[in-house]
Amino acid sequence: MGKDEQHKKLSNAEISRYSRHLILPEVGLEGQLKLKNAKVLVVGTGGLGAPVILYLAAAGVGTLGLIDFDVVDESNLQRQIIHTTRDVGRPKISSATDRIKNINPNVNVVSFNDRLTSLNALDIIKEFDIVVDGTDNFQTRYLINDSAVLLNKPFVYGSIFRFEGQVSVFNAYGGPCYRCLYPEPPPVGLVPSCAEGGVIGVLPGIIGTIQANETIKLILGIGEVLSGRLLTFDALKMRFLELKLKKEKECPVCGEHPTVTQLIDYEEFCGLKSKEHLVAVDEMSAIDLKNLINEKRSVQIIDIRQPHELQLGKIDGTKAIPFGQLVRRKDELDSSKKVVVVCKIGLLSAEVIRQLKEDGYAGEIYSLKGGITSWANDIDYTMARY
Amino acid sequence: MATVLIPTALRHFTNGQGELNLKGETVGEIIIDLVTQYGDLKTHLLNDEGKLRSFVNIYLNEEDIRHYEGLSTDVKEEDTLILVPSIAGGHHGKR
Repeated sequence: MGKDEQHKKLSNAEISRYSRHLILPEVGLEGQLKLKNAKVLVVGTGGLGAPVILYLAAAGVGTLGLIDFDVVDESNLQRQIIHTTRDVGRPKISSATDRIKNINPNVNVVSFNDRLTSLNALDIIKEFDIVVDGTDNFQTRYLINDSAVLLNKPFVYGSIFRFEGQVSVFNAYGGPCYRCLYPEPPPVGLVPSCAEGGVIGVLPGIIGTIQANETIKLILGIGEVLSGRLLTFDALKMRFLELKLKKEKECPVCGEHPTVTQLIDYEEFCGLKSKEHLVAVDEMSAIDLKNLINEKRSVQIIDIRQPHELQLGKIDGTKAIPFGQLVRRKDELDSSKKVVVVCKIGLLSAEVIRQLKEDGYAGEIYSLKGGITSWANDIDYTMARY
Repeated sequence: MATVLIPTALRHFTNGQGELNLKGETVGEIIIDLVTQYGDLKTHLLNDEGKLRSFVNIYLNEEDIRHYEGLSTDVKEEDTLILVPSIAGGHHGKR
């Protein structure tokens, strides 16, 4: 069958498989053929991508594109239900492809074991009808958004953090895009990442399933798609809110006078390259810190993780001051000693030191390179990594 | 006075509270009351010039305050303000 040739019928086996769709008047044979002819790209095969991919495969979407550069890690399994324990260490796209084939061998899987970048995004996305956001970072999200606007493809957005989720459909039916909602990303370090902030495992299941639903509605052309509306979900209060979104005239990418007319450097846009403009932060390795402690040199260890994280393991003699309080409580730092700030992976500690220096702290202060994770890897093998 | 809904992403700055009753006649006054009571929240909402940061939106009921008069928008007692920060569940940057 040629690249652009459309399927015009279903086999008897497909009719049996999709019977619960076929008897829905809103879907029917015509709708099921639309699904079969649809090409959907899912960016990321993690927490959000997992339910999106599983449901789209089961629903009979004919071509599913997957892009992910990551391998399955044990810490993924709490929420990324497309991967299983025996997949740990495998590329995520391999594991995801196997699951799709088990669910529905009719699906044509196009996989990219790669990172979506400004160099490959347009070439990859242009082959698909719809792009679904299963990413975990701002730079890829802005990249997808801008690519979707430039190529005029709908972008099914989902995002999660801790107990909170957001869903919308951007760039569909002349509606707003992600930049209309948030013109700029937060600076690095201001918002803790999921690796540092955590996420409740079922949350991506709920948000991703809504994304799958909206994707199917876009393909079928039925119902009211979540365009021009932002749905937010609070898993603790079990509350959905629907907020209005407008296409912004001033939007730099989809507005009346766009200034972004081609893809840009999204790492730079998200502040990931601008470290040289920031206040320098000295780092100390776990081994150097251990040597200082062994030599009984005067060192003050400040752990900025939350109290419940400290229960998972900490360096002996640690003083706990949470991230959000350290600048305010800087008088508790002993500037006569080398102060070493510890977080989970060494990013928030560097950020808080920058904030302290900007606030005028002049004592000798270091960020523990790689955070408590590197301490668990290099020094204390009995400490669990999380 | 108005009710302000705090998302979970910012709730550890408000001692875990998700709903606050705050004083003010405008959105801006209410936000000032919020960051006066919970100082650690300030850098997450306002920049050095006291303007709302571009990765946080505030909704008055269902509508973005950018579509009214921004921080100068009048607020009535029965109104609800909703803080909606941009979120990304994952790692910042490359690992």
